[in-house]
Amino acid sequence: MEKRVLFRSAWLPYALVAPQIAITMVFFFWPATQAVWYSFQLQDAFGLKSQFVGLQNFSALFRDSNYLESFKVTALFSVLVAFSGLAISLLLAAMADRVLRGALAYKTLLIWPYAVAPAIAGVLWAFLFAPSIGIVTYLLKGFGIEWNWIIKGDQAMALVVIASVWKQISYNFLFFLAGLQSIPKSLIEAAAIDGASPSRRFWTIVFPLLSPTTFFLLVINIIYAFFDTFGVIDATTQGGPAQSTQILVYKVYHDGVKAADLGGSSAQSVILMFIVITLTVLQFRFIERKVQY
Amino acid sequence: MVENRPWLTFFSHAVLIAGVLAVAFPLYVTFVASTLTLEQILQVPMPLIPGDQLLQNYSQVLGAGSTTGSRAAVSSMLVNSTVMALVIPLGKVTISIISAFALVYFRFPLRGLIFWMIFVTLMLPVEVRIIPTFKVIADLGMLNTYAGLTVPLIASATATFLFRQFFMTVPDELAEAARVDGAGPMRFFWDVLLPLSKTTMAALFVIQFIYGWNQYLWPLLITTDESMYTVVIGIKRMIVGSDAANEWNLIMATAILAMLPPAAVVVLMQKWFVKGLVETEK
Repeated sequence: MEKRVLFRSAWLPYALVAPQIAITMVFFFWPATQAVWYSFQLQDAFGLKSQFVGLQNFSALFRDSNYLESFKVTALFSVLVAFSGLAISLLLAAMADRVLRGALAYKTLLIWPYAVAPAIAGVLWAFLFAPSIGIVTYLLKGFGIEWNWIIKGDQAMALVVIASVWKQISYNFLFFLAGLQSIPKSLIEAAAIDGASPSRRFWTIVFPLLSPTTFFLLVINIIYAFFDTFGVIDATTQGGPAQSTQILVYKVYHDGVKAADLGGSSAQSVILMFIVITLTVLQFRFIERKVQY
Repeated sequence: MVENRPWLTFFSHAVLIAGVLAVAFPLYVTFVASTLTLEQILQVPMPLIPGDQLLQNYSQVLGAGSTTGSRAAVSSMLVNSTVMALVIPLGKVTISIISAFALVYFRFPLRGLIFWMIFVTLMLPVEVRIIPTFKVIADLGMLNTYAGLTVPLIASATATFLFRQFFMTVPDELAEAARVDGAGPMRFFWDVLLPLSKTTMAALFVIQFIYGWNQYLWPLLITTDESMYTVVIGIKRMIVGSDAANEWNLIMATAILAMLPPAAVVVLMQKWFVKGLVETEK
């Protein structure tokens, strides 16, 4: 789609895009190029000299069992976050779509966690689950469950998943609710007249019609789990115990900032870039977010 | 309502109430903890009824900060967070709306390339270029400055696309009429496009306010000076060790202060918030 009416000026359009392009060049393209460049370099221990080593950083990564483990952790984490988040939000949205009374109140009370920073969500849940003083830990002890996420990897994973899902429910809920409300009521009425039960109507009519929303949210949630949950992890487990919650983004940060391994961290950045590009292309391809030149 | 099923309606309300309570539970415990003394919190189980230390805890964090870990006062952190949460949306709206205007209303050489460059930034979140971006900021001498905290986060493809989408829906007749009346492009922009874009700007502003307030990785990287901490970073810095070593009453008071402004924006500006959320993802 193009505009019929255009203005003419030899310099104005460039002046208008200049601020954005300048920031993009300095803070996006330049660092990204640097990341690619560093990923082919090996620095000596003092950071004084570096030499070109080709793909050595990459091959070292794929031989590193820690890195491969981090892939598995990330996959498990994002699947857990995406599926439990979507399931809970869909249930809540389907219920909110049904009720007439109090719909706005429910909506308001469910959307506010969107405003909570991931790091703060992490702190809140870490406090509830704190091994010696946490109130939830105390309740679990009553059921005979010994809860200590500082030592136990699977419990640490559960903690970061819960905190991440809690924060994301409101987002998913809003999109599911909008999706549900856009389904024509006549379809559902027709099925009801034919005697289909509510659950049957949901699974044979509503759920299939909702699939574009679900797929969109699935991609968004995977991106969220990959990148935005950095704050949750850094504020709680910091990748531990024994790297059981060290997702890829956290490992880039840890290796680059804390362990000062420039080449290795940059190679990981480059791999992550490929993952983001794939996810973004998926998002645009299948969700028909229309972008025309 | 398709049919009347009282039991199902009852069940729906029960599920929703359970959901609301589960979502609110951490907030409630946080609030209670922020009104207790540290000794009360360290009892197992901690009381679940608010105590009488509310004023004491909040004035302590606002005025002086915690005594273990970071010692910066939370009031200065709130100022830093506010700067980030206001400058980022203002900057983003400004540079995005003018570049979208150029992309939609002008034909010029390199237009395709510029569009492509803006589009690609979607694929380069901070998280994948942590170390090199840090180096750029360090080389430019922007560590521990407001400029370093805000300027790199101002460029955004989503905001530019949002305005671009909106401009596409503005009838061509308006621009035609403006031209017939002898208005230049900037005149048209100021007098016609800007007033029409008000709701889009408001929606974007609300979303970006929350985005700016909640930044974590970015300020973590480029602020080392306590006086430049944002409140989200400050909370993290107050947690110094295992359970009992932390001043949880103060941490929780800070958490409440950190959640209040963005939560108020979401709840009070719900209409714009929902609009912004849905439209930036279209």
